[in-house]
Amino acid sequence: MVLTKQKIEHVAMLARLKLDDEETELFSEQLNSILAYVEKLDDLNTEGIEPLVHVLPINNVFRDDVARPGMPREELLANATMVEEGQFKVPRIV
Amino acid sequence: MVLPNYEAVIGLEVHVELKTQSKIFCSCSTAFGAEPNTQVCPVCAGMPGALPVLNRQVVEFAIKTGLALNCEIAGMSKYDRKNYFYPDLPKAYQVSQYDQPICRTGYLEIEAEEGKKRIGINRVHIEEDAGKLIHQGAITTSSYSLVDLNRSGVPLLEIVSEPDLRTPREACLYLEKLRSVLLFLGVSDCKMEEGSLRCDANISIRPRGETRLGTKAEIKNMNSFRSLERALEYELTRQMEVLEDGEEVVQETRTWDEGQQATFSMRSKEEADDYRYFPDPDLVPVVVDQEWVQRVRESLPELPDAARQRLMEQYELPAYDAGVLTMTRDTLDFFDECIRHYDDAKVVSNWIMGEMSRLLNQHNLEISASQVSPSALVRMLRLIDEGTISGKMAKTVFEEMFTTGKEPDVIVKEKGMTQISDESALEPLVVQVLEANPEVVEDYRGGKTKALGFLVGQVMKATRGQANPKLVNQILKRHLDKS
Repeated sequence: MVLTKQKIEHVAMLARLKLDDEETELFSEQLNSILAYVEKLDDLNTEGIEPLVHVLPINNVFRDDVARPGMPREELLANATMVEEGQFKVPRIV
Repeated sequence: MVLPNYEAVIGLEVHVELKTQSKIFCSCSTAFGAEPNTQVCPVCAGMPGALPVLNRQVVEFAIKTGLALNCEIAGMSKYDRKNYFYPDLPKAYQVSQYDQPICRTGYLEIEAEEGKKRIGINRVHIEEDAGKLIHQGAITTSSYSLVDLNRSGVPLLEIVSEPDLRTPREACLYLEKLRSVLLFLGVSDCKMEEGSLRCDANISIRPRGETRLGTKAEIKNMNSFRSLERALEYELTRQMEVLEDGEEVVQETRTWDEGQQATFSMRSKEEADDYRYFPDPDLVPVVVDQEWVQRVRESLPELPDAARQRLMEQYELPAYDAGVLTMTRDTLDFFDECIRHYDDAKVVSNWIMGEMSRLLNQHNLEISASQVSPSALVRMLRLIDEGTISGKMAKTVFEEMFTTGKEPDVIVKEKGMTQISDESALEPLVVQVLEANPEVVEDYRGGKTKALGFLVGQVMKATRGQANPKLVNQILKRHLDKS
């Protein structure tokens, strides 16, 4: 699989990254080389093997449904750029 | 609404908040209405390094729901990350279930116009809710928004129907039925106005007889049963007009505007949604064995269909009454409690569907919040049966019970509302009324039996409604018919 320039731009857009031409070029080389490496896995015969959904052989890790206090609001908002009425204030969205 | 040449194809995606004590992946409270950002911790705030641990009760509720909707329960299900950026989503991904949901392929039966109809359930999956954004002014013009994360991480079930619904009415019936099933199960409080029940619709139309699907639109922001029906009706007409004009329906998301009673295109994003789902490495798979399923199956309560059947068979109630009384579990519990101490089921049903519903609607309350207890209603019904109050007076008494929570006997005493059932007290009044209305008396004797009603009314008026109308009737007739 080869990542085209368009693909790189699309992925950058999804990640909200602004790339200039030089970076697009550089990352496309790097990403392609990483993907080429991972593609080695295609050489394996996976016939009859269930897809892996988790690397650890464990399941059903649960907690009981008991409510406890969270963190103090001041602490939660301590790193916020803007705060108003006890809430995070963010620029317009749409 | 019927479109002669077209058929509607509708499917609903319903989100319900589960009624757990704590959130899905952390121990923060799920209580509604708290001060902003006071039920938040590093997990649901999406702080780096915080690790989620699944709430067992969420899985239990999902299995319960799946079984009630006749679904297959997956032996293994897993959790995936749905990636997108939005300020109400602090992790920049929502934990959801993508290709291995906990429940699949079920159905829900509705009472459609042409009879019972099965609506397929495609899947039920578990996911987490996002926080809440408060826009300053309208969403499109506000310069900033405020973020409250109390809702972030509240457990949700998404219940996806097959596109088996054919009219806006059917969509409503399906949603009502689904709501009552969830209420009977006790897994959600399903309050549309508080957002614990939310519904999106996929809707397309096609010429009658056509089997291929038309291009669909997704409709959002319908906050009540009424707006669901209105929005779908509007959308049907809109799509039909587009096709009639020789144009094509565009696949897009549209939002229902309650004020303008119309749907509007939500500015389509330049690139299509691309959520890049992948398994969440922080969460391990959930394995549900037959034993677990069996245990939940045995714990299932009576569901609306069974309750409805019971009311019709055991108490011979009309289908309509049985339907209304089984809309919510609280209504049914109220009825059942009344009927334990009072024999006439139809009378109880009439009061619940009549005065009780009217006042609940008027005060925007649920029956569980009503100040009238089943035993108080039964006591009031006995006062009618004993002749202490008339049916008409009972309405006033009931309203007073509803607003003050007082016992009916107390109200009757305080208001001096006791019905006059003493013949010797009514007799002179009847005579007075007859003497004052010789023409009406003449009319009656001349064959206009309707004139009797007027005379009864006069006696009632003279006693300010306190006379026993049945008795007044008898006395009047005796006087009129004798001479």
